[in-house]
Amino acid sequence: MDFGLSPDQVLLKQAIRRWLETECPTTRVRAIMESDGGHDPRLWEGLAELGVPGLQVPAAHGGSGLELLDVALAAEELGWCCTPGPFLACALATAALVASGNAEAGARWLPAIARGRAIVTFALGEEGDEWDAARLATRARGGALSGRKPLVPYAAIADAILVAAEDGDGPGLWLVEGGARGLGVTPLKGTDMTRRVAAVELEATPGTKIAAGRAAIDRARDAGLVLLAADAYGGARRCLDMTVKYALTREQFGEPIGTFQAVKHQLADLAADLDPALSLWWYAAHAYDHIPERAERHAAIAKAHLTDLYDRAARVATELHGGIGFTWEYDLHLWFRRAVFDRAFLGEATYHRLRAAELAGW
Amino acid sequence: MNLEYSAEYEDFRAQVRRFLAEQWSAGDAARQPDPDGMAAFAGAVPTDERATAFRLKAIERGYLYRHVPRRYGGGEQPPDPLKATLIAEEFRRARAPHEMVGQGPSMLVPTLLEHGTEAQKERFIPGTLLGKIRWCQGYSEPGAGSDLASLRTRAVLEGDAWVVSGQKIWTSSARESDWMFALVRTEPDRPKHDGISYLLIDMRTPGIEVRPLRQMTGDADFNEVFLDQVRVPAENLVGKRGQGWVVSRSTLKHERALIGGSHLTRRTFDGLVMLARALEVRGRPAIQDPVVRSRLVELEARLFANEYQGYRLLTLSARGEEPGLAALVMKLASTTLGYDIAKLAMEVIGDRALLAPGEPNAPAMGLFGTAYMWSLGVLIAGGTANIQRNIIAERGLGLPRDSRK
Repeated sequence: MDFGLSPDQVLLKQAIRRWLETECPTTRVRAIMESDGGHDPRLWEGLAELGVPGLQVPAAHGGSGLELLDVALAAEELGWCCTPGPFLACALATAALVASGNAEAGARWLPAIARGRAIVTFALGEEGDEWDAARLATRARGGALSGRKPLVPYAAIADAILVAAEDGDGPGLWLVEGGARGLGVTPLKGTDMTRRVAAVELEATPGTKIAAGRAAIDRARDAGLVLLAADAYGGARRCLDMTVKYALTREQFGEPIGTFQAVKHQLADLAADLDPALSLWWYAAHAYDHIPERAERHAAIAKAHLTDLYDRAARVATELHGGIGFTWEYDLHLWFRRAVFDRAFLGEATYHRLRAAELAGW
Repeated sequence: MNLEYSAEYEDFRAQVRRFLAEQWSAGDAARQPDPDGMAAFAGAVPTDERATAFRLKAIERGYLYRHVPRRYGGGEQPPDPLKATLIAEEFRRARAPHEMVGQGPSMLVPTLLEHGTEAQKERFIPGTLLGKIRWCQGYSEPGAGSDLASLRTRAVLEGDAWVVSGQKIWTSSARESDWMFALVRTEPDRPKHDGISYLLIDMRTPGIEVRPLRQMTGDADFNEVFLDQVRVPAENLVGKRGQGWVVSRSTLKHERALIGGSHLTRRTFDGLVMLARALEVRGRPAIQDPVVRSRLVELEARLFANEYQGYRLLTLSARGEEPGLAALVMKLASTTLGYDIAKLAMEVIGDRALLAPGEPNAPAMGLFGTAYMWSLGVLIAGGTANIQRNIIAERGLGLPRDSRK
């Protein structure tokens, strides 16, 4: 019985945090954010040297073969540092490739993902806030895909896109290579400029079916939900820490504002909700690999709960900073915007709560 | 991360189960109150001869009162929070008498172990552990609630006795208690925290009057205790004179069964789900309403978080690490959750919330109405929510103390 991190997991977190604090302070975050693609290949190479994109890639394919919890710990650190780039896109694609069990696709793409040489993303959601694999409009016929995926992370720089679609046998997963015929990718201006999205149009685009049924899609979605929860925790924790620091130094009425109970109590309430929520996403990540009967529901609950809290943390932090928190110059809005992404991507909190109610048999 | 117990601990669990199978029969269990039921919530713990005989055997085996030395009637075992948790789980499953709950075992015993004289330990601890000596706590006063150190009950040394006069309030079980451990002011000239002493007062002493205090639920679970020239032998002072504030801060440092804090909340939540399935609102079961479904999941997320936080605290404790913020937030997190669960239950009940407990048509016998009121009681008791927020902000987040003197 040990519900805590191993020494290796603690080291992993520390290594990522230290590296990001040196290599990617918010000045660099802003530079990447304001660049065209929202991606800095050198930063991604550095993260690949640390082993980040290969954490869940099986050892046979050149990765570390670790569990979702380890990936989520990395997500927490990237969330804390507000690191821009295709981490989530690649993690979703990796989870989908692993879950597909497709040896050929795995051998071709997983080693490249682990080394940071290939960006692969995952296209699930469709028009109308639709994230359910059973209700997709994208169709596959005779190895050609047609449809539209309006919000795909980092599709504009992807070497391959895993597309959830439907053929005569129901839902399945297809692999479409970057630059394929009939593939149109339009980069979009996003609220969160640290995780870019693009609209993907498929017009009789050639694709290889790598998994039949919805299992691999759902599995990737569940991994994504846990990783968003972890990113949200990291970001929310950062908002809390920044605000505590600010409350200790900012003086009004002759005292640090952290002396005032109104300020203290808002922060204490946030801490009281946030600290136990860490245990919720840890458990959801652990369940993904070890408690299959609880994995799907816990992923949904963790995503809904943590992204809701992140939104609140970002709002409370901004409010307590006062005017400075509302400026472009101050960094808080980076996390505020990231919270919007975590909340909206893969489906809103209420959508996942209603799924969790369904999964409970209520 | 591993949620299974190792072979060593599973062996230990098997030993505990064998012991329970030999010493505590199904017939015994049937006579016990449900460990998660309302009676247990109200502190009803069996102290009959059968329970006492069983407890003595369990202490002998080192299963109960593991932090208390054998010479004071304890089980005396090296600290091991995992074993303590396994024991609690197995005793609960068998509905076997566990350690006594209440303020004697949880507050007085640790205090005596740390600050008591040899004579005080020998006299009071063994009986307290078996429920033979029942205690109430004399801390709060009408003018000293959150600001406890401003208490005014006076004790003056006259010869070999302290003469105590004043008033205590919110005293649970004062009518059923044999003794009270109390904070009294012995040094009126000293700054407020320095002038307080910790006294053990026999509740049968002349000059004590206990008046039931009826709370908002209509029942009287608390009391007021009036003390008028009550003579307390000088040897009943615990710790040094004027050191009572420090003495009263002693807590169980050794080990605690840390899983289980959320049992009652889980039970209330499951009860709410049953209620929402059973109750029709405008022609369909309440649980089919998407707003109710979403809010139930919202509440269950917090419940899961608190339950798994219990695993995390247990692990920190087993590793000998300081829990810090993780432990400080738990009272606020669990009491606010309890309040929100009860509040949703009241909404699901809808207009039938107009019916009081005991009214035959009240859903779930009106228990949720009582639970709704009690959810506020526990939010206040033992340090109000706002006091918890101060503690979290100051000790957990490192924000400055405010200008309280």
